[in-house]
Order: sequence, then C-alpha cells, then structure tokens
Amino acid sequence: MKFFFLFLWRQHFFFLFLILEVISFILIVQNNHYQRSGFINSTNKFSGNILATFNNISQYFSLKDANRRISEENARLLSESKKFYMKTDDHVFYYNDTLYRQQYEFISAKVINNSTNKRNNYITLNKGSRHGITKDMGVITSTGIVGIVKEVSSDFSSVISVLHKDMKISAKMKKNGHIGTVIWKGGYYRYGELIDIPTHVKPTLGDTIITSGYSSMFPEGVMIGTISDYKIEKSDNFYSIIIKFSTDFNSISYAYVVRNIMKSELDKLNKNLPDD
Amino acid sequence: MINLITRNIIRMIFLVFFQVVILNNIQLGGYINPYFYVLFILLLPFETPKWLLLISAFVLGLSVDMFSDTIGLHAAASVFMAYCRPGVLKIVSSRQEYEPGIQPIIRDLGFKWFFSYSLILVSVHHVILFYLEIFGFSEFFHTLLRIAPSIIFTMLLLILSQYVMYRHKK
Repeated sequence: MKFFFLFLWRQHFFFLFLILEVISFILIVQNNHYQRSGFINSTNKFSGNILATFNNISQYFSLKDANRRISEENARLLSESKKFYMKTDDHVFYYNDTLYRQQYEFISAKVINNSTNKRNNYITLNKGSRHGITKDMGVITSTGIVGIVKEVSSDFSSVISVLHKDMKISAKMKKNGHIGTVIWKGGYYRYGELIDIPTHVKPTLGDTIITSGYSSMFPEGVMIGTISDYKIEKSDNFYSIIIKFSTDFNSISYAYVVRNIMKSELDKLNKNLPDD
Repeated sequence: MINLITRNIIRMIFLVFFQVVILNNIQLGGYINPYFYVLFILLLPFETPKWLLLISAFVLGLSVDMFSDTIGLHAAASVFMAYCRPGVLKIVSSRQEYEPGIQPIIRDLGFKWFFSYSLILVSVHHVILFYLEIFGFSEFFHTLLRIAPSIIFTMLLLILSQYVMYRHKK
C-alpha cells in the first residue's frame, strides 16, 4: 500500500493530468449528448451579466443598422395591418373570424453574444424563462431563421445557431414544394447546404428555400436562403445544393423567439404514433 | 513570491477577458480565430510546481469555456498543453540554463527560443481544440485547413505582445 502511494506521488503529474482531462471530457460529452450543461455556460447570472454589459457598449456601433432593419420591418408589418385594407365585401368578412386561430407568438429578444467562426456556434439572448421562453423554441429574425433554443435560465437563453454540426432544418423549395434538409458543413458562414433533394427536381439559381413547417419549432414559410450553386455527385440520387443564407449571422442584433401555441397538442398527437 | 503569484492571477484574468470580449468577436473570413489566452501558460515561471501548472491551466480553460458555451473544450486543450510544457522545455534547449529569475520571454531567452517553444505548444493546443470541437476525425482535412491560419494568427499576436510588453527593459 505504501509503495502504491509512493508510486502515485512520484507520478502525480501524469495522474493529475489524467484526472483533469477526464473531467473535461465528461463535461464535453454531457454538453453534447444531453444538451444540458448545468450552470457553467453563458446563461448563468455571472457571465450572462458580463456579456450583456459589453453588448450594451458594442451595440452602439450597430445601432444605425439595427434601426434601419426595425423600421423596415415596421413598415412591412404596417402595410399588412387590417386597418389599411379595404373591405371588398361585408358579407364575407366577419369580425370574429373562426377560420383563423393564432398558432405562433413571437417574443422579441436582444442578442448579447454570438459567433460565426467556430464549427459549432451558439447565440445568447437576453430573455429567458421569465419571459416565456422554453427549450426547443425556434429563433428567427426579420431576414430568416437563426436557430433553436437549447438552454434557458430565468433571464437568459442560449441558442444553437444554424451554424452548428448537429443542426438539421426541415426545408422546402418555395417554387415546387420539394422537401429537403438544410445543414452547415463548416467553412464560410454565409453558405450552407440543402440535401435530400432528388435528382428529378430542377433547381434554378436564386430559388428561394423556406422552412417546411413540418417541425413544430418554425412556422411554415420562414426564409432560409437562396440557391447559389448545385451539382449532382456521381452515383448519387440526390443533389448537393449550396444555399446562401438570407440571414447575415454575423450582424444579428435582435431576434424573435417563436412560441408555438399548439405545440403541446401536436406533441401529444405525435407521441401516440408508433415508432418505426 | 506573493508579487509573482498576484501578477500571474492578474494576467490570467486579463487574458480571459481579452479573449472573450475582444478576440472571440474577431472573425476574419469566417475561419480565423486566435486563441491568445494560451500566453498565460507560456509565461508561467519555470519553477512553477507541476501540479499547479495543470490546475491553473484547467481553471484558465474553464473560464474561457464559461463565456463561449464550449464547456470542457478549452479546459481539455489547455490542460493538455500544460502537460506538454515540461517536455517541450527539455527539447527546446537554450544556451542559458533555466535559472531562477529567468522568464520564458524573448528578452531573456531570445527570439528563436521563444518562437520554437511557443509554436510547438500553440500547435498542440489548437490541434486538440479544433478536433475536440468537431468530436471526431470526420472532417479531418477541412479542420486542418482551419487550424493552420489560427496558429499563424495566434503566433503573430504572441510575438507582437512580447515586443509591446517588454520593449523598454532591454
């Protein structure tokens, strides 16, 4: 026993190294697989507040751009408002419309931390569970999709960006409705890839890619990007289509978190389906 | 002695903040991200006990992780780098002995020594970091292409910082 401890002490450098590496690996694996990371991430109070403070300073530099985008969006929303539509037939339109029920709500939040240069990128928002945000909600901006909420604390939430290895977004081509999946294989952050489009479909450059609405996270028809290049790999039945994201992930300052009011109803329904 | 410890703690805090507030926001071409905070491990005094070397590298890595949502990633890379340091010090010999009072900086040991010393350790750190980030070798060559420019940029900053910090004590 004595020799054992002596041996441990003599090799303490190596064993300590081993212990610390094992701890790090456990942390990494936990974070990867269970999508939970305890308190040591940017949603905790301490680092969240520091990031928010620095964001308060740096946001002044992008204020002009953010203002322009918000006013553009205001203008667009205003033009869609019922007030500005002329009623064509009073017999058809009822004030209490039972044909439409609201399915999505949007919670506006400010981006306080963001990256685009890593293989797996995350975004931190300044709103959390106190404001009604929960896990697995979609996040969009006025220009397109941004990501999915991964972690919430009471005041902050952390979002898996579209620029992430594990991110797969159900998408469709606006023109003909073919369904595919949008992924990001690393590299330049403005370009992603649309896969699973069969070869009999004819894509054209500049075609719009939107969300399919098949997942309960994003409403149908949110812009993802446009086709900038496509080719067929040899001995492959699918296109590999390069798309240009409509969102400039590097300059997001405000985002909307999507709350699907009917999500629990949908989930309940889907739970009863048999797995294959 | 106390002075030495406080100086290193202040250096660690400064480097972590510099990394997460400024350098993490630098995105050149979407590829290059310098990890300048490793300077802390490079500059630890030669007589640092080995266990303290590992523990402080772990704390350093974990603090950077805390701000970048990459929990464990920088910690693993930093600890590995710290583990390699004594071996690298043996390989990269210099004409002077590593006496007490001599610091691992350009002013004391020369440009060539510092360059090879930091290049080896920075490369080790970046390789571990980038491959751990994708957690596998599925994108081996693509990742290699991302590592090289980051190493160059980190090295540039390290050498630049040497001349800025120690310039007037020649």
